[in-house]
Amino acid sequence: MLSFDFDYYQPKSIEEAVQLYHALDREEKHPLYYSGGTEIITLGRLDLVYTNAVIDIKAIPECEVLGTQEGYFVTGSGLTLTAIEENNGFPLLSKAASGVADHTARNKITVGGNICGQIFYREAVLPFLLTDSKIVAAGMNGVRTEHIMSLFNKTLRLKKGELLVQLQTEKRYLNVPYRCVKKRPQWDTGYPLVTIAAIKAEEGIRVAFSGVSPFPFRSREMEKALNENGRIKERILASLQHLPKPVLDDVEGSSEYRLFVLKNTLFDILRELEEDHR
Amino acid sequence: MTAERSLSAVLNVNDEERAVHLKPTDTLLFVLREKLGLSGAKPGCLNGDCGACTVNIDGLAMKSCLMLAVESLNKKITTIEGLKGTPIQQAFVEHFAFQCGYCTPGFIMNCHAMLNTVPDANDDTIAEWLNSNICRCTGYQEIEGAVRSIVKKNQMNRKRP
Ligand SMILES: Cc1cc2nc3c(=O)[nH]c(=O)nc-3n(C[C@H](O)[C@H](O)[C@H](O)COP(=O)(O)OP(=O)(O)OC[C@H]3O[C@@H](n4cnc5c(N)ncnc54)[C@H](O)[C@@H]3O)c2cc1C
Ligand code: FES
Ligand code: FES
Repeated sequence: MLSFDFDYYQPKSIEEAVQLYHALDREEKHPLYYSGGTEIITLGRLDLVYTNAVIDIKAIPECEVLGTQEGYFVTGSGLTLTAIEENNGFPLLSKAASGVADHTARNKITVGGNICGQIFYREAVLPFLLTDSKIVAAGMNGVRTEHIMSLFNKTLRLKKGELLVQLQTEKRYLNVPYRCVKKRPQWDTGYPLVTIAAIKAEEGIRVAFSGVSPFPFRSREMEKALNENGRIKERILASLQHLPKPVLDDVEGSSEYRLFVLKNTLFDILRELEEDHR
Repeated sequence: MTAERSLSAVLNVNDEERAVHLKPTDTLLFVLREKLGLSGAKPGCLNGDCGACTVNIDGLAMKSCLMLAVESLNKKITTIEGLKGTPIQQAFVEHFAFQCGYCTPGFIMNCHAMLNTVPDANDDTIAEWLNSNICRCTGYQEIEGAVRSIVKKNQMNRKRP
């Protein structure tokens, strides 16, 4: 049970959704876009989210697109992680999505909700960071397209009332060698101790992380160190100098243990990717 | 577009049209249990972790504590009360796949959705789907055994000319 009441809206177009958001905001209803709604419901129950109006985006056609369009693979923000996993048009994204929560919960959790949510793992963003994907966001001034690396810094920096509509990934990235490894403290579902996603791009290996810090990130400094000449172990140690500090230290695992797992996992991923001569 | 603080709705539950008065904040789990008297879906964690509240929505397994009842309008809701004598129910009995039974409706609804979607699920698929539910008193082996027995039957039926 939630301790507050909200109105429920289901707009059918981007314009309607955005205008609604601003009208409800002027009425001080603290509106929220509602995608899978799982975070709004679960954190709302704990009074960690509050709203008097939710705007369900699942009837907006642009938010439900999944497939290639003019050189890009387009992922609608309102798609469930299961839908993405089963489509498998972007294998790295399918792999990252399939590690989130559990199979049934993924029938409800959406990619847009995962990326915009408060729960800081946001594992579904890693493939988009690695592939320099574009963000399509809609606001009162219309729709804008931006590179994710310029908009994602710990969280997705949308303007107030902006709706994440889609993510666009260049097709050339869909078939590059990749790895996505999620290490949990125990069991086969749940939050990560460390999740590492990596691709082998033309210029070298790219890496992005969740669970290491209280935000997901891709570090160009770490990539530079990892792509130098030298033994893998030394390159990893050099790259760790650029890790955002402090490393998470919580019930999922101590920072020392996280670093230990991170080093070993990164070692395996680098070795495999460097041997992958596709 | 609609804005409703409280609405009269008709939900399609177990192939019946059920009229109900609900608030947009009501979860489907709450409406099923408290307003429709269908107490088969169980409240456990209310946080999406345990799977005790699992129902089927248009054939998909869904944790009803993670869904608002308004989201289920115009969808086909199936709860454990809507399953009558299905092979997986029988298999749970034959394989002693429960003790206290609290988690059982959720497990059965998840297995039912899986067997309809992937009738010849392999062990990895079974493990992946079953990981969505938690049982606190019986072993998972019996539950897996029950599911595998149906998969085996499905495979044998397919082989028959
Ligand atoms: C059982 C369970 C297990 C989980 N395990 C994991 C895990 O292993 N890894 C992980 O990374 N996460 C995990 N999570 C967290 C989950 O991914 C996030 O809570 C996510 O926000 C849920 O997505 P949703 O679509 O339900 O979000 P919603 O509840 O719909 O939205 C979350 C937030 O994002 C905003 N939002 C949603 N869509 C948009 C949009 N298109 N534009 C702008 N803002 C938007 C909403 O306003 C809200 O503030 C888990 C959650 C649950 C319930
Ligand atoms: S009560 Fe819904 S998952 Fe636990
Ligand atoms: S049989 Fe008791 S919780 Fe599963």
